[in-house]
Amino acid sequence: MTNNNYNEIIELLCDRLDSLADSEVNITAETNLISELSIDSVKLLNLIMEIEDAFDISIPINALADVQTVHELASLISKIKSAS
Amino acid sequence: MNLLEKLDAAAAARKAMLPEGVGAFGIPIEEVYSATEARIGKRRVLLLGTNNYLGLTFAPECIQAAHKALDEEGTGTTGSRMANGSYYGHRALEREFADFYDCGSGIVFTTGYQANLGTISGLVGRGDTVLIDGDSHASIFDGCILSGAEIIRFKHNDMADMEKRLRRLGDRTETTLIIVEGIYSMLGDQAPLADIVELKNKYRCTLLLDEAHSLGVLGETGQGLVEKTGLQKEVDFITGTFSKSLCSIGGFCVSNHPQLDQLRYVSHPYIFTASPSPATIASTRAALQLLREGSHLRRQLWKNCTQLYNRLAEIGYQVGPEPGPVIAAILDNPKQALQIWQRLLEKNIYVNLILPPAAPDGKSLVRCSVNAAHTTEQMTYVGDSFANLYHEILQS
Ligand SMILES: Cc1ncc(COP(=O)(O)O)c(C=O)c1O
Repeated sequence: MTNNNYNEIIELLCDRLDSLADSEVNITAETNLISELSIDSVKLLNLIMEIEDAFDISIPINALADVQTVHELASLISKIKSAS
Repeated sequence: MNLLEKLDAAAAARKAMLPEGVGAFGIPIEEVYSATEARIGKRRVLLLGTNNYLGLTFAPECIQAAHKALDEEGTGTTGSRMANGSYYGHRALEREFADFYDCGSGIVFTTGYQANLGTISGLVGRGDTVLIDGDSHASIFDGCILSGAEIIRFKHNDMADMEKRLRRLGDRTETTLIIVEGIYSMLGDQAPLADIVELKNKYRCTLLLDEAHSLGVLGETGQGLVEKTGLQKEVDFITGTFSKSLCSIGGFCVSNHPQLDQLRYVSHPYIFTASPSPATIASTRAALQLLREGSHLRRQLWKNCTQLYNRLAEIGYQVGPEPGPVIAAILDNPKQALQIWQRLLEKNIYVNLILPPAAPDGKSLVRCSVNAAHTTEQMTYVGDSFANLYHEILQS
């Protein structure tokens, strides 16, 4: 995939998170990845790797420290993608 | 939640994993008898969870050298390498490390942890990139954080993933430091150094290899993975620790790049800490000599490693990808890992217990560290005990 459209990134993230999260939370851009979704850190890291491949980018770990919500993750991906 | 309440919450999570009374972490060693035996509580136990790979903790040469330095130079240097803490011994040890690796220069740090912190944060900074293995030791990770460089991880020992990430870096690879370890401390597996060197050259990066667990263990004279693979000239910087096969505390970095020396002026973990005590340096110098001449110790070590690794695999335990001085039984269930750890202690065997998130992939590890002072009989006893527990705990 080479798309850099923020909305499409959000859609892909929500879709993937939906299948990973155990809870019945309705996932939106504002969903907090850590506190609202009961996804363990191993699954989350695997998801990040999957996303990295889907967009052909590497997400630096330091940048992830500032990410709380789906929106923030999508913005980060979009920013890295457009810089590459 | 205030600061103290946060600590309470973390303590509660830890206690939920470990039942009351189980002191798997920070277990008190009451007396040490030898390189392989100690007293824990009332038990005389076999030590199978130390990093004493060559079994040199009581080597008379090292003890005598330490005594002499203690008598002649006192208990501590009371100062930084930068100020009053560079004695003759510190400088001699640096020359000896440089000579051992046939490198231009070497630097001694106060711990191996600081060797990584100091080397990494001295080499890279904001705007640079570090590409590190996903299973990197905390000292590597912390060094990267301290440096301010962008941290990118590749899947443990996965060269396709590493290359993918190098390619994605584009022209930033020239300011990228790749960091790998000779032997990984969780599963005891080795880095595929020849492939890593090939990629490093193809993408024109700089390579740092941490030989913490491979020093004294791999290669004819014990240099580590560089010697085993014959790639001494291809690795830019080598770090390591005195706290494992050299049986003291401290760390080092060696390199053929003369720029290494500049680290002494910019690296906070080198400057803003006191230098190792004279006795520590003296015993390390004696141990390095024994290590270089210790092919017989390496032979015994590897005999023990292979014996125990094969036995655990035969019994049916999931083990790491190859034998090494670190041999881990990998378990999915932390409760079973804890049970095995406890029952081994009841059989007078001390090993390490590693629970998530410290172990890779959410697994739990019952980890043995083998050394050259262990006997074949001891390895057989350990193997038998693991076999009994396999039936008792995993097949019940
Ligand atoms: C891979 C690795 N690097 C560095 C260190 C740090 O060594 P030290 O104990 O000297 O601080 C260790 C030890 O725990 C290690 O396992």
